[in-house]
Amino acid sequence: MSAEDVLVLGETKQGTPTDMTLELAACARQLASQTGGQAVVVLLGPEGKQAATQVADAHRVVVVEDDILATYTPAPYLELLSHLVDQSKPIALLVGSTSVGLDVAPLLAARMNLPIVGGCQKISAENGALKVTASFCAGKMLADVEISATPAVLMLLPGSYRAGGGAAPQVEIIRSPIALDPGPVCFEQMILPAATDVDITQQEVLVAVGRGIQQQDNLALAEELAEALGGAVCATRPIVDQGWLPLTRQVGKSGMTVKPKLYLALGVSGAPEHVEGLKGAGLIIAVNTDPKAPIFETAQYGVVADLLDVVPAITEALKAKTN
Amino acid sequence: MNIAVVLRQVPDLIETLEIADDGTRLDYGAARFIVNEWDNHALEQALLLKESEGSSVTVVALDFGEVDNTLYEASAKGADTIVKIPWDSEEPPALRQAAALYAEVLRGIGAELILVGCQSHDELEGPLAPQLAFTLNLPYVGVVRGVQPGDQPGSIRVFKEFPGAVVARMSVRLPALIGVLAAEKAPRYVPVSRIRAAMKSTPIRESQVDVPQAAAPVNVLRLYVPEAPERAEMLDGSAEEVAERICQILAEKGLLR
Ligand SMILES: Cc1cc2nc3c(=O)[nH]c(=O)nc-3n(C[C@H](O)[C@H](O)[C@H](O)COP(=O)(O)OP(=O)(O)OC[C@H]3O[C@@H](n4cnc5c(N)ncnc54)[C@H](O)[C@@H]3O)c2cc1C
Ligand SMILES: Nc1ncnc2c1ncn2[C@@H]1O[C@H](COP(=O)(O)O)[C@@H](O)[C@H]1O
Repeated sequence: MSAEDVLVLGETKQGTPTDMTLELAACARQLASQTGGQAVVVLLGPEGKQAATQVADAHRVVVVEDDILATYTPAPYLELLSHLVDQSKPIALLVGSTSVGLDVAPLLAARMNLPIVGGCQKISAENGALKVTASFCAGKMLADVEISATPAVLMLLPGSYRAGGGAAPQVEIIRSPIALDPGPVCFEQMILPAATDVDITQQEVLVAVGRGIQQQDNLALAEELAEALGGAVCATRPIVDQGWLPLTRQVGKSGMTVKPKLYLALGVSGAPEHVEGLKGAGLIIAVNTDPKAPIFETAQYGVVADLLDVVPAITEALKAKTN
Repeated sequence: MNIAVVLRQVPDLIETLEIADDGTRLDYGAARFIVNEWDNHALEQALLLKESEGSSVTVVALDFGEVDNTLYEASAKGADTIVKIPWDSEEPPALRQAAALYAEVLRGIGAELILVGCQSHDELEGPLAPQLAFTLNLPYVGVVRGVQPGDQPGSIRVFKEFPGAVVARMSVRLPALIGVLAAEKAPRYVPVSRIRAAMKSTPIRESQVDVPQAAAPVNVLRLYVPEAPERAEMLDGSAEEVAERICQILAEKGLLR
């Protein structure tokens, strides 16, 4: 590898690369075409071998195998990545804003004293310097940033790049070049969601409630609307944090990715962590009192109003139509 | 267990965010401040551990934004000790500068467990929590919902969130710094009367530390409010008119039952 190359930390799920990994590879390929280098994706753990050939946009996929990498823990990931970055000195290391990425990218940047930018939506290179457009303040602000010291650690926001275009990558399977120690954090068990609740990933109509619903009692309004539409109620994280709905109803980064034909977003601001769960949604209609709410950039139709006024009116109108 | 929590002030996103005249920074002088949501969860998690384990809770905060209100509220909720770090600038410190400031104070507190929100929405250079863990040479796990005492003394159990409502249970040897996404319960409310009482009775300790130099490895060229190429078509009118129009749209798309 060389200073023109772009390194990516990929992730797998059940033997396939995650969508984020495919996006990262697409971003890396584009960036590498500007630097004249290669897009190199690193997959850690036993699933990597199976997933590697599917990362089509990568020029090269390096799979590192070691028993310790079967589940994520920070120390071995960090050891390995700092070794790889140190050896290859790429122009950038791209990492997804994922549960693993949000740990590993900043830890690595701190340890290697590298520049880091979070929330990246667009990344390009010009004369050896990186130009990045990054989103922050929950999607309400963008920053154009220039980084001249490389390698840089860049955390990519999901939904920023479209995968596709590459041919089959060259795959290299190696044992860990360094001895890996589990460190002070030990993985114990994966806890899967209980299958007793409504599966919101299978619903054609979803009524999503956000913090704008204000009180638990008001959930009934959303329930009635969902019933009139033949759908289910889902929510943003603060609603789940309040304990008003179970985690299985949460849409977004650590919740579900949904693909309904209709998504009614009520009092939902449209933070990137929520919107990334909406990738497959058809028609999105948003009701929000804030005309500047980022959800209006994702929705096809928007209403600037109090949901407590609009929602009962929609339910009434629907009932009148179907009776 | 001796627990420390970092509480940061962030601009309230409900207000319009202003950009400073040079176009590269947020105008913090024009902002209204609230406590960082995830730090607030970190505090709640610490208070839950205090209640179940008899831990002591120390809150550390920079004298920035409207922090005194937040600190009195933390005290009213049950925090034992409040430490405030003087800060004169209208803008918050840069990432590594912030980590160095908090680290200096935290080293003196000797907490076995440090809880920090795993994110704050005005961070452009990635989250503070892992940077702070590195500065303190402590193990770090973030995106955590729930911290419990471990099976063995000197360890805790954390629940790290993954996509699809999947949670990984992990054990962490102490001392450690944990990036909290959510407490086991929603942050508690305290009545204003208790906050007022705390104002009179809470001693806030000021901890003087040297301000480290801010390195600037990333150079912000421009800040701006995003303008999507395609924005939603806005539906105006009374609630009834809007409702009627929505029904019409759904009918056209065959989305009515
Ligand atoms: C690592 C990580 C993972 C995360 N994972 C997720 C996730 O999986 N899912 C998720 O949703 N979030 C997730 N988040 C949180 C996310 O960043 C946001 O905080 C969250 O999505 C905001 O939820 P909200 O839109 O309900 O609340 P807010 O952002 O507070 O928005 C409430 C909205 O309601 C509007 N409103 C208020 N009153 C009314 C009214 N009467 N009528 C109409 N509108 C009204 C307001 O204008 C505002 O836009 C995650 C965060 C982190 C750091
Ligand atoms: N969505 C998920 N569901 C279950 N486990 C996951 C998920 N994402 C990451 N992991 C865990 O994290 C480990 C490391 O991720 P990876 O880098 O994809 O191999 C995986 O082997 C899993 O143990």
